[in-house]
Order: sequence, then structure tokens, then C-alpha cells
Amino acid sequence: MSVAPSPVLEKKDSVSPPGPTEGPGPLAALVRNPKAIALLVAVLVAVVSAAVTANGVWPSDLTFDVRSPLDDVNTWMAQNRDTHPIFLYFLLHISNTSESAVDGVLSGLESLGFIGVTVAAVLISWYAGGAKLRRRSLTLAGIAFGTFAVIGVLDVWEEAMETLALMVVCVAVAGLVGVLLGLAAGLSDRAERILRPVFDTMQVLPAFSYLLPFVLMFDVGTPAVFMATVIYSAPPMARLTSLGLRGADAAALEASQSLGASAWQRLWTARLPLARKPMLLGLNQTIMMCLSMVVLATVVGAGGLGDPIFTAISTLDVGLAAPAGIAIVLIAIWLDRTTAAFGERVDDSAPERSAFVTRILWAVMAAVIAGAAVLGQALGRTEWPENWVVDISQPINEAFGWIERELGSGVPVLGGTLTWASGFTRWVINPLFDALLATPWWAVLLLAGVLAYLAGRWRAAVTAVLALGAIGAMGLWNNSMDTLSQVIAALVVTLLLGFAIGVFAARVDWVDRMIRPVLDTMQTLPAFIYLIPMVGLFGSGPAAGAVAAVIFALPAVIRITSQGVRQIDPSALEAARSLGASTGQQLWQVQLPLARPALLVALNQGVVLVLSMVVIGGIIGGGALGVDVIRGLTKGDLGLGLTSGIAIVCLGLLLDRISQPGKDVKERALR
Amino acid sequence: MVALSACSAADTKSSGSADEVTISVPSWVGARANAEVAKVLLEDEVGVKKVELKQLDEPIAWDALNNGKADAILEDWDGQPKKQELYIDQKKTVVKGGDLGVTGHIGWYVPKYYADKHPEILDYKNLNKFAKDFKSDRSGGKGEFIGAAPSYTTYDAHLIKNLKLNFKIKDTGSEAVQIKEIQRKYADKEPFITYWWEPLWANADMDMVEVKLPEFKEGCNEPETKTECGYANTPLQKYFNADFAKDGGDAAKFLKNFKWTTEQQNEVAMSIAKDKMSGEAAAKKWVKENKDVWESWIPKK
Repeated sequence: MSVAPSPVLEKKDSVSPPGPTEGPGPLAALVRNPKAIALLVAVLVAVVSAAVTANGVWPSDLTFDVRSPLDDVNTWMAQNRDTHPIFLYFLLHISNTSESAVDGVLSGLESLGFIGVTVAAVLISWYAGGAKLRRRSLTLAGIAFGTFAVIGVLDVWEEAMETLALMVVCVAVAGLVGVLLGLAAGLSDRAERILRPVFDTMQVLPAFSYLLPFVLMFDVGTPAVFMATVIYSAPPMARLTSLGLRGADAAALEASQSLGASAWQRLWTARLPLARKPMLLGLNQTIMMCLSMVVLATVVGAGGLGDPIFTAISTLDVGLAAPAGIAIVLIAIWLDRTTAAFGERVDDSAPERSAFVTRILWAVMAAVIAGAAVLGQALGRTEWPENWVVDISQPINEAFGWIERELGSGVPVLGGTLTWASGFTRWVINPLFDALLATPWWAVLLLAGVLAYLAGRWRAAVTAVLALGAIGAMGLWNNSMDTLSQVIAALVVTLLLGFAIGVFAARVDWVDRMIRPVLDTMQTLPAFIYLIPMVGLFGSGPAAGAVAAVIFALPAVIRITSQGVRQIDPSALEAARSLGASTGQQLWQVQLPLARPALLVALNQGVVLVLSMVVIGGIIGGGALGVDVIRGLTKGDLGLGLTSGIAIVCLGLLLDRISQPGKDVKERALR
Repeated sequence: MVALSACSAADTKSSGSADEVTISVPSWVGARANAEVAKVLLEDEVGVKKVELKQLDEPIAWDALNNGKADAILEDWDGQPKKQELYIDQKKTVVKGGDLGVTGHIGWYVPKYYADKHPEILDYKNLNKFAKDFKSDRSGGKGEFIGAAPSYTTYDAHLIKNLKLNFKIKDTGSEAVQIKEIQRKYADKEPFITYWWEPLWANADMDMVEVKLPEFKEGCNEPETKTECGYANTPLQKYFNADFAKDGGDAAKFLKNFKWTTEQQNEVAMSIAKDKMSGEAAAKKWVKENKDVWESWIPKK
């Protein structure tokens, strides 16, 4: 067994704080820095013990059988799902209500017809943009019109309506739950202390791990998806509501208090209105998360736009996935711009028109929408006409087939994508995996503990060690190390590329302008879509999953990096320039050190995103934990699926705690 | 009304009607061919208003059949004995729908070009001798065995362990990924050994030879972990939701009559998977050319 933990070391370096650069030589500086010493010792222990024992198997007497009890629970659920009181009087009500709500919205959309829906969307966007004949309102209206027209032309209208119906219900409930939790956390310090870590943790969990427990409780179909989506997407709303309430201008509150307003009045008339902007931002994030979850949830029978994509995976049919993918991107852009416009309008201090005019405007809009719906009915055209459809799948498949044939292998000098994939597997992922497996489990635990301690003190260290311990105790050590090695490999590439592109974009304006729309689009694509072309280009296996993860995580890393570098105090840069620093010196000695908080946030984001994608990579041969979750989901083997899901959650916690930039840093960078 | 319903027990079933039929479609292409053809005929010839094809993997499809979210499974590979017992024998929510006409067979296969060179490989007892030929980047010194999609019926992990074979399973994640991998290796004439099955459209282009596993006898794979035998020949079965079978009228009668051959299924599957036709187009093409086959499936008015 080869022991080559050097890539591990590399990653740790990126986390460890840079030692002081001046002073008497690096060695002396190292000795003076207790953090560096702790890290060095932990790494040394890991490397030496790995070299000596070359065997990192988790001891079998420290594993516990959690699968059998879970299997029993599963059987019990299947047998009692429609007889036991818990289901009859509680869970099934949730399930039936959510289902009929979704059905209701869907039939509402259907009876509006394609004309009515398009008109409604255009009017809402126009209203969001200020309801004027100005450029902003018209652009938004145009985006809405284009979105729905393209959806119709690409022949995914029906699927899009299913997705929208599910979205409407999920967003409404998630928004409400979020506001309530946010109110609690915003008004009470105790609630904040309890809820904060819960939200923090929920944000690092891969979407995939939410599905299983709800399938267990609600069976496959809409209700399970509804519950998973609401829980997945409520945190940003809650978080930003609380932030808004807490961030309210003290002077304004003071003023309202001095005017004798009661606590409730203060909340309604001062605090909530002041918190409107962050709350709308929260709603925006909630909507986006809903969309991505609703698409992913097709795995458990949600229907909608995810369906053609899921089918496309089973035949690797890029052309089939394309229309649905384009529709999702367009819907995402439309929703994002529209809610963002609502948010921006909050800033317009003076109300532009009286409440009366607004009410009339609404009435007129409603009348126009109703008119459009009636017109559609009268014309007998509620469904998108069949002859207005363009089939793009054939040309896309042909184009993609060409790319695959030409770039797969045998490209002179470069070798081709398949060659790269096998090189990446052989020289990066495999050595990492071997190194992790060769290191004794206690040394891995020690290293994780030290790293987490350096990032977030005792709390983080305890969480990280416990998370790893739980993985071992469930008997999933080897599989988890497999996943971990893929994550680290993909992460290193992501960070190298992301930081480089981000810094470049921050320094050169036209690059920034050019890549911004590309990043926007990439961030809205559902994770699934990235996988389909990967198999053609990179074969099946961990390398393909890793590449998908890199592409998936890059936009966030690039964006945060470039923002961070841009936001640093211009006077510092000016000072360096006037002292005659070269471009490289400016970058390395001023910009990067000052942007460190942003870079750390980017690292943390990258970790979370890469993990969630590597896990889904199980669908295309990534193996390890991801494939076991899918096996559990699709085979109804919940013992296997749930334990693997928990292991993924543990890995997420571990990686988050290790890469956590620390609370103060995070807040500074997000501000 | 809401308050009232909240106190009472919730409905446990969604009611199906003959105007709307929901057919479960698992992820493999052959089964999609069944469903697409059934949909076209139900809508165009039997007069069902709406046929919905729902993407559901085999195990989940059984739950859907139980609670009425799906009305029919057209191709079942016998991979869910526990659920069959629970839903058919105990709860009586699912009923048998007869043969599909296609016989399924699962086995371990190697490409013919490799078997011609090393005929000994065709007995499982000799597999370890050749393990080194199948080594890969990820197999850790053992032979690589290309495994099935996660939702497929398989005993491979137990077989490898119980027969003491020096192989490691590579998880492919889905059928399409596995087939793509096999096609690529086949094109490059690389040696490989894989979980493979009949009927499968891809077999039209590739010569694969089965490796003999210990013979299947009734009950030899129970409990799963003790499996030491190969796979059975499975006459693929149709299953219906019990209410649908009773009240489904012509639609249920049609689906009971639906029966075709491996070649016919492959023809449609090939159009979908290889020619990348849409499922509907592939089914319509076949329906147009094979009236004599499906005519007898349509219930007499």
C-alpha cells in the first residue's frame, strides 16, 4: 500500500493561518506559533503512524449495528402506514392537505391556460419592476414573457406547470415557517441561541440527505417532496428575518418607543417594515432553494421538470434533458430578477403612488389576467398548441456526440478528456484514498480535531471528532474515506481554479462583466444536469463526479473571491502602489491578505457544494456513500440508505467545522 | 370543513378511475418500451383520456401500486419478494396481471472476443485465475466486476463473498452509465466481466457470453446473504393495483391482454436508447407497423 499523504498536507496548508512573514527565518517563526506547532505535530503523527501501520481499518468492536433496527422501523412503517393513529390523525392529514393544495394550484394554472399564465407572469414582473413604462419594468416583463414563451416552444409547458404548482405551495409554507422562526429568533435571545446552530447545520447538509426520512414517513410522491423542500428551504428566510429584526436602526426604535408605542406596535410599525429588505432577500433565497430541491426530488416521484432530466440520466440523453434544463434556468432567472426587483423597490423611500391607486392597479391587473384566461377558454386554447413546438433534442445530441468523439481521447499532446479522467483518478483520487485508508483511525480523528480546533476552538473540535466517530461506529469508515478522498480532490481543483479566476475577474473589469451572466446561469442549474454530459466526456467513475463537483462549486467560489478582492479598502492598495509595489506584490502582499476573510468564506462554501455534488455523483459511478443512499432510496433499503445518509451528514459537519472561517470573519465578509 | 376533517381519520387512498391510468416506468429502457406502447394504444385505441407514465424504480413502484398512486407495473423482475408478500398476500392491495411474454435472465457475462481467447473463464471456478486481467485503477489489486444499477435485482456482492472470488464490484450508478461503459470497453476490445441481462437492446450490437454460475434452485438465494447460486430465468410479470384491476374496465382488460416478445420489445427499446427517439415517437412507429400484433390486445366493444 502506498503512503502518499502529501495532497492532504497541501490542503491543510490552505487552511492554516499564514505565519508571520518577517522576522528571523521561517523555522523560528514556526516555533513561536503554537497553532502551527499543533498542526505540525498532528500531521506528523498521522504520517508516521500511517507509514508504520499502513492500516486504518476502524476496529470492529467499536462498530454498532444500527441497520437492523432501522430496517425494523422501515417494515413497521410500511405495514402501518395506513392504519396506525399517528398516520391517520396526523401525518396523513399533512400529506393529503399538501397534495390537494398542489393539485388545486395546478388545476388553477391549467384553467388559466397558457395565455392566462403568461399574462399573469408578465404583469407580476412588470409590477415588481415599478409598474411603469420605464426600462426596468419593461425589461422584467420581457424576461417573464420570454421565459414562458420558450417553455412553451420547447414543449415542456405541462412539466413546468407541475413544477410551478409545487413551488407555489412549498414557497408559501416555507416562507411562513421561516418568518415565524425568524420572528422567534429575532425577538428572543434564547430562541436565537437555540435556532442559530440548527440553521447553521442545516445549511451544510446536502439536499439529498433530506429526502430519505420523509419518504419513510410519507411514502413516495408529493407530500414527501413537500416536507423535504419546506425544511430545506425555510432556514434562509428565518435567518434573514432574524437578521433584519436585529439589525433595525436603534434610533428608529428609540423614536417609536418614545412616542409610546407598545411592543406589538413597535414590531408592526417599526421593526418589521425596517426588516423588509433582508426579508425579501431571504424570500429570494428560499425560492431558489425550493426550485433546486423540487427538481432533485424527482428521484422520489415528484414529477415536473425534473422528470425528463431523470429519464435523460437513464438513457444519457443530453437532448432530452436540455429543454427541461433550459426551462429551469429561465424560471430561476425570472423568479430571481422579479423578487430582487421587489426587494429593490423597498428602498424607494417615498411611496410613488397612494394606496388607492395601488389597489386600482391590482384590480386592473386581476381583470386583465381573468380576461386573458377567458379569452383562452373561448378560443379553446388552454394548452400550448402542438404546432408551436420546436424539437431541439436532435441537433443537441448530434453536437454532443461530435464533442464526445473528438475530445474523448487521442487529441494530440493534450490526450483528451477520458485520458485526463483516468489520470486524475490514478494520480490524485486514488493516492488520497490510499493515504486516508492507511492512516490509523485515531490519527485521522486527531488531525480532524486539531484542524477544527484551529478553525473554531473546542466546540468545532468536539463536533468534528464526534462526527468522524459516528461514521466509524456505523461501520461506514471505508466508504466515507472514499467519499472524502473524492471531495478533497475536487476541492483542491475547485479552489485553485476558483481563486485564480476570481482574482483575475476582480482585477480586470471586462472579464468580470463577461463571466457574471455565466455564473448566474450556472448557479441556477440543478445539480443533476451537470452529471449527464460528464459520463460521455469523462467515463463513469469518481473522476466524472469530481469534475461535475468542480463545475458545480466554481461559480460560488469565483463570485465570493472576486467580491472579496474588490471590496478591500482602496486606500491600502493605493498606498502600496505609491510605494512602488509591483502588480504581483500588490496582489500577494496587499489584496490577498486583506481579502482573507472572503477567501475563507469561499473555501467553506466550496466545501459544502463539492460534497453535495460528489454525493450525487454516485449516479454516474462515483460509488461510495452516494450510491448507497441511492440504493437505499430506490431499493427501499432504508437501513442502508439512512446510515449512509447520516454518514454524509457527518462528513458535511466535519468538513464545515474544519473549514469554518470563524463567526466574526463570516459576518464581516457577508456584510 | 377544514376543522371537521382535521379531527377525523385521513383518507389513505387516492381513488383511481378508468379515465386516467398511471403506469409505473422503471429506469431501464426495455420497461419504458412496454409503457410507451401501452400508453399510445390506450389513448388512441382503447379511448382512455389520459395515461400518465410515472418514473418509479421497482421497489418504490410496489409502494405506489399499494396506495393507488400507480395502477400497473408492466415488467416486474421478481426483485421484491418481501413487498410481494406484504401487498399481494397480506394486504391484498395488489393483484397479479399475468405474463408479459418476455423472459428475463440475469447473469455474469464476458465479451465473446475474450471468451474465445480464454474459454476456461466460462466456469465460475476459474474466475480467480483470470482476475488479474480485469484489474483497474479503482479495484485495489482485485479483478473489477462491473456491477448493476443500484435499484436492480442483484446478489453479486454475496456471490463474490460466498464463492470466495477475488473481485471487487464497481458501482456504475445507473443502467445507462453501465451500458456506456461496456460499449466503450467493447469497442476497445478490453477484457471485462459484468452483471448483464436479457432482454436488452444493446445485445444486438455486442456478442456477450455468459459465465456459468452454480445452478439456480428454488430457494437457494434465501436468505440473500447465503446466496451461492446464479440467477433464475424469470418470466416477467405484470401487476395491478387491486381496485384498478376490478374497476379499470377496458383499460385493465387491455393491460391484462398486453403480451409481446423479446424481439418486439427490443425493437422499441432500440429506437429509444440508440436512435434517441422520444418514447412516444418510438411507440407510435412500432404501433403503426405492427397492427396484427396488438389488434388482439384491444378489448371487444
